[in-house]
Amino acid sequence: MTPLIENTFRSVYIVDGTRTPFLKAQGKPGPFTASDLALQASRDLLARQPFDARELDEVILGCTIPSPDEANIARILALRLGCSEDIPAYTVQRNCASGMQALDSAYKDIRTGRHDLVLTGGTEAMSHAPLLFQAKMVLWLSRWYGAKTTMAKLKLLPQLRPQYFAPVIALLRGLRDPIIGESMGGTAENLAYDFHITRKSMDEFALQSHQRVGVGQATHLNEEIASLFDTQGNFYQADDGVRHDSSMEKLAKLKPYFDKIYGMVTPGNSSQVSDGAATLLLASEAAVKRYELPVMAKIVDCHWAGVSPSSMGLGPVHATIPMLQRQGLGMDDIDYWEINEAFAAQVIACIRAFAQDDYCQQHFGGLAEAFGTLDPEKLNVDGGAIALGHPVGASGARIVLHLAHVLKQRGGKRGVASICIGGGQGGAMLIERVNSI
Amino acid sequence: MSYQHFQLQGDQQGIQWLCFDKAGQSTNTMDMTVLEELEELLKEIAENNDAQGLIIYSGKKNGFIAGADLEAFTKLGDPEKRKEVIAKGHCVMDALSALSIPTVAMIEGFCLGGGLELALACRYRVVCDSSKTRLGLPEVRLGIQPGWGGSVRLPRLLGAIQAFDLMLTGRTLAAKVAAKAGLVDAAVPKRQLKRAATYFIQYKPKAHQPSRLLALTNSMMARPLVGRMMRNKVQAKAKVEHYPAPFAMIDNWVKYGVDGEKPFAQEQLSIIRLMETPTAYNLLRVFFLQERLKGMAKGIQFKVKRVHVVGAGIMGGDIAAWCALQGLQVSLQDREAKFIAPAIARAHKLFKKKLKQPHKIQAAMDRILPDQEGRAIAAADVIIEAIVENLEAKQALFKEIEAKARNTAILATNTSSIPLDEINQVLKQPQRLVGIHFFNPVAQLPLVEIINGNQTDESVTYQAIAFVRQIDRLPLPVKSSPGFLVNRILMPYLLEAFTLYKEGIPPYIIDKAAENFGMPMGPIALADSVGLDICLSGAKGMTEYFTGNIPPELVAFVEAGKLGRKSGEGFYKYKSGKPIKEKKDPSKYDLPALSERLIQTMTSMAQDCLSEGIVADGDLLDAGMIFGTGFAPFRGGPLHYLESLTTAVPSQEILEKDSSGTREGERNVACHPRQDEDGTRL
Repeated sequence: MTPLIENTFRSVYIVDGTRTPFLKAQGKPGPFTASDLALQASRDLLARQPFDARELDEVILGCTIPSPDEANIARILALRLGCSEDIPAYTVQRNCASGMQALDSAYKDIRTGRHDLVLTGGTEAMSHAPLLFQAKMVLWLSRWYGAKTTMAKLKLLPQLRPQYFAPVIALLRGLRDPIIGESMGGTAENLAYDFHITRKSMDEFALQSHQRVGVGQATHLNEEIASLFDTQGNFYQADDGVRHDSSMEKLAKLKPYFDKIYGMVTPGNSSQVSDGAATLLLASEAAVKRYELPVMAKIVDCHWAGVSPSSMGLGPVHATIPMLQRQGLGMDDIDYWEINEAFAAQVIACIRAFAQDDYCQQHFGGLAEAFGTLDPEKLNVDGGAIALGHPVGASGARIVLHLAHVLKQRGGKRGVASICIGGGQGGAMLIERVNSI
Repeated sequence: MSYQHFQLQGDQQGIQWLCFDKAGQSTNTMDMTVLEELEELLKEIAENNDAQGLIIYSGKKNGFIAGADLEAFTKLGDPEKRKEVIAKGHCVMDALSALSIPTVAMIEGFCLGGGLELALACRYRVVCDSSKTRLGLPEVRLGIQPGWGGSVRLPRLLGAIQAFDLMLTGRTLAAKVAAKAGLVDAAVPKRQLKRAATYFIQYKPKAHQPSRLLALTNSMMARPLVGRMMRNKVQAKAKVEHYPAPFAMIDNWVKYGVDGEKPFAQEQLSIIRLMETPTAYNLLRVFFLQERLKGMAKGIQFKVKRVHVVGAGIMGGDIAAWCALQGLQVSLQDREAKFIAPAIARAHKLFKKKLKQPHKIQAAMDRILPDQEGRAIAAADVIIEAIVENLEAKQALFKEIEAKARNTAILATNTSSIPLDEINQVLKQPQRLVGIHFFNPVAQLPLVEIINGNQTDESVTYQAIAFVRQIDRLPLPVKSSPGFLVNRILMPYLLEAFTLYKEGIPPYIIDKAAENFGMPMGPIALADSVGLDICLSGAKGMTEYFTGNIPPELVAFVEAGKLGRKSGEGFYKYKSGKPIKEKKDPSKYDLPALSERLIQTMTSMAQDCLSEGIVADGDLLDAGMIFGTGFAPFRGGPLHYLESLTTAVPSQEILEKDSSGTREGERNVACHPRQDEDGTRL
């Protein structure tokens, strides 16, 4: 098959990558900030390279809610890593796909010849999301600071209401679409309704995710993980959100969280709120040759698409189909798939949409029938975010990294990693296994 | 008039800029010629009617003034000559503080001892807020006290509590802390330093004074009470027979306060007396020994960027943390994450204590890479092995390291008992292996033994020495022989303590006897804190090569799992890391006889080591014992102590008698402007 467009640009390779264990948020700020997580993963990754951090050309990081001390967190990472002060660094934000956006940005910077060796990836410390003052409190405070005299201040005091002190939880606001006034879980309920997905199939999918991660942890999953060490003498070697004792009975007992009472999306069949980072090293052919680097995979293409915010979970379908069409590939040409598990309902909806004539005809003008069938045995073979957690800025980078590992471990040539994005978008990245160049 | 050490320049506003740039030296220190020139200059300035103010600053890059020139001081030999320097210093400081124009000390880098006394004689002090800036009066660490008015002007400026905290501990303050304490009037970034200095001349704000409450501490009523509190505090740490200086400072202050001329006169008397004590003599000796060790790396071109440490136990972990604290990139390897994690936590504790500012702590933490797989070996400049004391294990490890390491990397072992020439047998290049032997606790004991095997290449030894200096420790080259130097001398001392214990002397009494001699910690407490298992393996290792028996009590303790502090019980029982000492009445025991027995084991082993050539000379041996074990510094080291028993060195008695012949309370100054005005002639 010939690609429909000629690749005139330079090739881009995934040299290596690593990630931290994903740590489930425990209702209080976790032991690591977003930059701590990115640092520990990257430091470990660089330690096994034949070059020094000073030789990197650029650092690009995805992060959705960096702390107030972490403005342009990529630059903070670069300096903490000991990169040369004169290399540039920037941070990207595309909500849940920020990590994949960072990879795409690095891919483009190498592909167009700007740089040869780029450290990239994503990080998120969701447990550190801030509590904010509500608007009424902010207004009152501005008047308070503006009051010049003691009398003026005294007059303001009775206007201060106890309810003003109730904080706004930034994380919950972030997981709510402001355009349609719907929570992310609500959009998953939409898909369950549209694609007739049952609670049972959602729970089955969730259970499988836990089981697959369980098997992965016992075999090869930890190979892609760098241990985390905190300042108190604790260390973290594995993802801690997975439930080895999960069962259909236990999942069935959980109450719907978003649409209370009558809904189907529960914490059990949704992704977990977690802290974590994944970083990868991308290189041009020139850099691979100069440092005699091993290569894991080649990034072939990447595509982004918009969908209705109320069915944001279908983003992967809309990003993947045009990308594969452009490359002249069909569903069967892909050996392994990673679709980020924001919600079980959302991944199931994607599988169904790919295979549905109506849906494909309606949304992809050129298609006469369904684009193809996604074999569930090729999808998320080592589980996903339901069991591991979904540190939003990191997930997009993690699935690409993991896909490269899957191709290496199980054999196979091509893989697609795709992710849905709050606000109604999808991203997809096509990679190819390469042993040497 | 032109000067050798100073340049004076007036600007358009009439501000006199006085630059101190000591001729032929890289550091500003004060000696007779400097003082004489300064005296002349101050006269010139006082007579200059156009002068609007005086700003004193340093022409050196490294700092303001390091204090009195100690080397010149010791060369004076004759006590009368020293007296003259002290007196001259008082004249100059008084002349400076008597100037009618505003005066500013503009300080960047260190400002210590006599340097700070000069700054205190100025009306204002402004400092550059950089990490290099440190201010303090560390005289007490040399067994003396401030002698150019500092011990009076500092409590005047800050009140007694803060002033004595600085003078009794000899600790130094950073710029911001000094500003908060009131020691300096402003701590500003370098870009504002000159502007700040001229500001004080232009606007002449009120000079700093202690708050009314703090000023009260200097009152006649409060002094006896405050003095007693301070005495008690000092007594808990030092004995007056060992360290007379802090007590003398407190006593002078209690008796004479800070007002008028008497306290200045008393200060002169006091420092002259203190300078003649064996303590001061020996501490100065220790200072020069330290300078000698510091100078070991001079001229060696070797800069380390990355250190890899294998073994994250107490020693390995603490070595790694220390290297990271000193700015190196460090990787720390051990078999499992669980062995590395506690070392990371200890490192964090150390950084918090030493660096204080969060961004610096974070940067130091970022420099330590936990490295289970040893991937960073390939990039390391120095690789230090600190694993279990087992020959096969060490050999296997070094084989692996040699294969992975760069050709130029130093391969070092922290072994304390295994000869290098046994470890290096497995190496393709045995000449690369050198011993870099740290002491526990690494952050407190500055000595590092550099051990040469028979095969060790000379250049490798030099590089190891340079590395040790780079991380601000004191290198001491020793021959590879069981126990090397420090542990070899320490072991018979510990064994003697065990023998005393067997003879029925309670541990508390044994330790008390050693402490009375001046050891920082008694031998029993030391053994407990090192770990009795470690002591036992050390004793086994040593008795294999030398004569001597392993004390059965020690074996019994270890077999019973009583390993000392770490297991909660050894000779003492421990509660949250602190020993519960059963206090026995020391009067029932002959403590001097006990301490003599203990110390004699050390001095005689020290003689053996010297004659075997374990270390190059007796001074280095003494330095090793002081910086590696804390051997009573005021005794000057074991060999020096032995010598002092038989030869006449300045005796303690001088303390008792008035050496100057001046009546107490009078000032030994030949020229003192304000007193001349009063018509009081001294």
